[in-house]
Amino acid sequence: MTNPVKKYPTEPLKCWNEAKSLRTQYYENYLHAHKNGGLRWAGGAWSFSSVPAGLGDDVHSVTGEPYGATIAFHKDFASECHDAVEAAGFPRTLCAYMRNYWGAILLDKFILADGRVIPGYPTPDFIWQDHICCSHGKWYEIVKWLEKKKGKEIPMFCTDVSVGYSLTPPEKFRVDYIVNQLQDGILWLEKVTGRTYNDQLLCDAVWNEMKSTSLWAEVCALNQVIPTPIDEKTMYSLYVIGTLMKHRPECAAFYEKLRDEVQNRVDRGIAAIPHERFRVITDTQPPWGFLKIFRAMENYGVVSLGSLYSFGLIGMWEYQPDGKWIPKPLPSSKPATREEALRAIVEWTLNRPEWAHFYRPELKTQMMKSIVQQWKANAVLLHYNRGCEGLSVHIAENRLGLLKDGIQVFSFEGNMGDEREFDYPGTMARVTAFFESMGLEKLSTEGGP
Amino acid sequence: MSEPFQKFRDWIDNRHEYAKEWKATRNRRIAGYFCTYVPEEILIAANVLPVRILGSHEPPTVTEPYVFAMFCHLCRDSLAQGLKGRFDYLDGIVEGQSCLHLRQAYNAWRLHIPIDYAFYIHVPHGVQTRHALPYYTEELRKFKRSLGEWTGRKITERDLARGINVMNRNRDLMHKIYEYRKPNNPKLTGLEAMEMVLSSQMVDKEDHNGALEELLKTLPSREMDRNPGVRLMIIGCEDDDRIFMKNVENLGATFVIDEHCTGSRYFWNLVDSSIQDRLVAIADRYISRIPCPSKDWPELTRIKQAVNLAQTYNVQGALVIQNKFCDPHGIEVPPLREELKAVGVPTYPLEFDVTVPWGQFRTRVEAFLETLTGLEELF
Ligand code: SF4
Ligand code: SF4
Repeated sequence: MTNPVKKYPTEPLKCWNEAKSLRTQYYENYLHAHKNGGLRWAGGAWSFSSVPAGLGDDVHSVTGEPYGATIAFHKDFASECHDAVEAAGFPRTLCAYMRNYWGAILLDKFILADGRVIPGYPTPDFIWQDHICCSHGKWYEIVKWLEKKKGKEIPMFCTDVSVGYSLTPPEKFRVDYIVNQLQDGILWLEKVTGRTYNDQLLCDAVWNEMKSTSLWAEVCALNQVIPTPIDEKTMYSLYVIGTLMKHRPECAAFYEKLRDEVQNRVDRGIAAIPHERFRVITDTQPPWGFLKIFRAMENYGVVSLGSLYSFGLIGMWEYQPDGKWIPKPLPSSKPATREEALRAIVEWTLNRPEWAHFYRPELKTQMMKSIVQQWKANAVLLHYNRGCEGLSVHIAENRLGLLKDGIQVFSFEGNMGDEREFDYPGTMARVTAFFESMGLEKLSTEGGP
Repeated sequence: MSEPFQKFRDWIDNRHEYAKEWKATRNRRIAGYFCTYVPEEILIAANVLPVRILGSHEPPTVTEPYVFAMFCHLCRDSLAQGLKGRFDYLDGIVEGQSCLHLRQAYNAWRLHIPIDYAFYIHVPHGVQTRHALPYYTEELRKFKRSLGEWTGRKITERDLARGINVMNRNRDLMHKIYEYRKPNNPKLTGLEAMEMVLSSQMVDKEDHNGALEELLKTLPSREMDRNPGVRLMIIGCEDDDRIFMKNVENLGATFVIDEHCTGSRYFWNLVDSSIQDRLVAIADRYISRIPCPSKDWPELTRIKQAVNLAQTYNVQGALVIQNKFCDPHGIEVPPLREELKAVGVPTYPLEFDVTVPWGQFRTRVEAFLETLTGLEELF
């Protein structure tokens, strides 16, 4: 008889319910914004959300990707959305989040975080988006077009951020291009809402966003320890707060609390899963309708401790001179003027790790290697995600780069938002064969092999 | 007059031989480019021959390790040409930022195919913002400097003027030839128009201009011994599928206008030579040109141009070509079809892959043509 696998203590996260209620509240706030004279806007999770914050505290948003993911998680509704979008003549190969989102508009239904579907799509008062992936600007251009068919005219502003990526500070003319657009954007916001813009609120929101995104990286950095204190499946429910409201004070406060709790788990040796013995990282969004993959992996003692996606979609990181990848520290002082705030948030955002691969696959490979090394991962599970061209771009190059360095890579095809393109049993058969080739056997219920 | 378009056809069929000979006789460099957002004016100013990298419509299995197969066939097929060594005469590659798909072909080429020079121009996507012009001008200044360093020769204002002139001449001549697509019996077929524009992307523009000038002398008196049939438009993604064009035109139709980047969108706009600063003038041309859908937001301006062309060229119907996996174009298909329908132009969508399943397409295109001629009501 072989020895049982070591069992670590586990316990639920204390701030779990708070994450849940922040998320519920977020969608409710958007839904009911008009009742209290507030405003609603729509845009992507990467849009400069701190800028509309200067219009007042009663301005609420729904960010597109998390909303698309929420739909994907509720497969029946997702399927209705896909049918509606295809019936409207759009190809089924487009971004799955975008199709989910348009589908809800076409069906004139809105889904809440808990899966309740309510009639009537709550139209935004304006669209505030940015553009780096081929679909970002066009996603909302079609939202505008669809709403117009219903007789609603939605003004749209989209900031072009496609100026490239570099590990060193960006050139001034690139930063200027974006800052100048945002300066125009503020005047545009005043015009379309009839409100007077408040620079102090902008400075606060920018500072909150910097805090939230740096704090999220601190949380992820704690997963370097063995056993990992939180697993990636749990992280998905936590990073989403940043994708919804990275500029809000409640987001920064929540991440601070979370960081302290995860630190406390580390101090006490609390693990994410009881039988951790093989550590992996993933890549790109998971197939949201099939998060049970992670539970199935646990049966082999495999824990996913994160990914460049879950660390870097919202988290901000930077390389130290010694080559270590660390949470990006906040600047020495909070911005005090509109110009300072815009420049600060543009320079900060251009450093977003999940933007590197849009330009140079080598940079993403380098970051993934850093994660493998610093987080002591044994393998990388690469999700060739048919649903997202933005995060799948250059993924084949990343695979080659990792293999070149002797890193174990398992790749599988799927779709984060369209279950028709994910073969769960087939993928599970292949992934378990991969684990077995790594010398892992399925654990018995007692944790023995 | 025999085969006035043969020259263009030959250039396409022998593009690699042409390029090798050009290089050997002139002892100059050749740069491949992927997207029509690369400002060829500056390459010409640097005495570098710009040639467009395109696919060959063979299944691009060699790209599998480098590009995930959910990206459009153009990017995979283009890269496949490089991996197979068909462009082994290229000294450099340049990409002008457009879609993510071609960016991948560029990066894989840079990483896996030996090449002396690779430059990525961050062409702004926000062409509808007023800040795009100063930003792009600065980006072009970098490109110009880099090219000068690579070739060891400073690019002067005179050189830029030459680059602008030769490109504008080419555009102007092709515009004139497109005029001959307007009459009831057009003086050229859609296939011929495509071959003219495609070859322009493959050969020295001076040579191409010479051929266009010759063509313009003879075209007015050309007698077409074919019934033009239904006046069609072809719109959509990059499309250089000559067999498809020929087959459709053999079914009793003529493509009288197109809206894609191997057609009108490539050459429609000229550089405004009244703008003093030549780099600004070039930047302005690429920002204000008819946009690729990847840059066309928040307003759908390209669709307006497509509608305008459809009306000016008096088309009866349009085939909307969607390259499988192409997001920028795919997103625009429903509004495009709706706008054309609103001006009385019926459309039919076709999804293209690396090879076109003509057997299936034939039946569908025939049925579409019948609806346009009212023939289907007879049966
Ligand atoms: S393809 Fe991916 S990156 Fe692009 S909009 Fe969709 S989810 Fe975002
Ligand atoms: S067909 Fe579409 S995806 Fe392909 S290169 Fe052209 S714009 Fe890009």
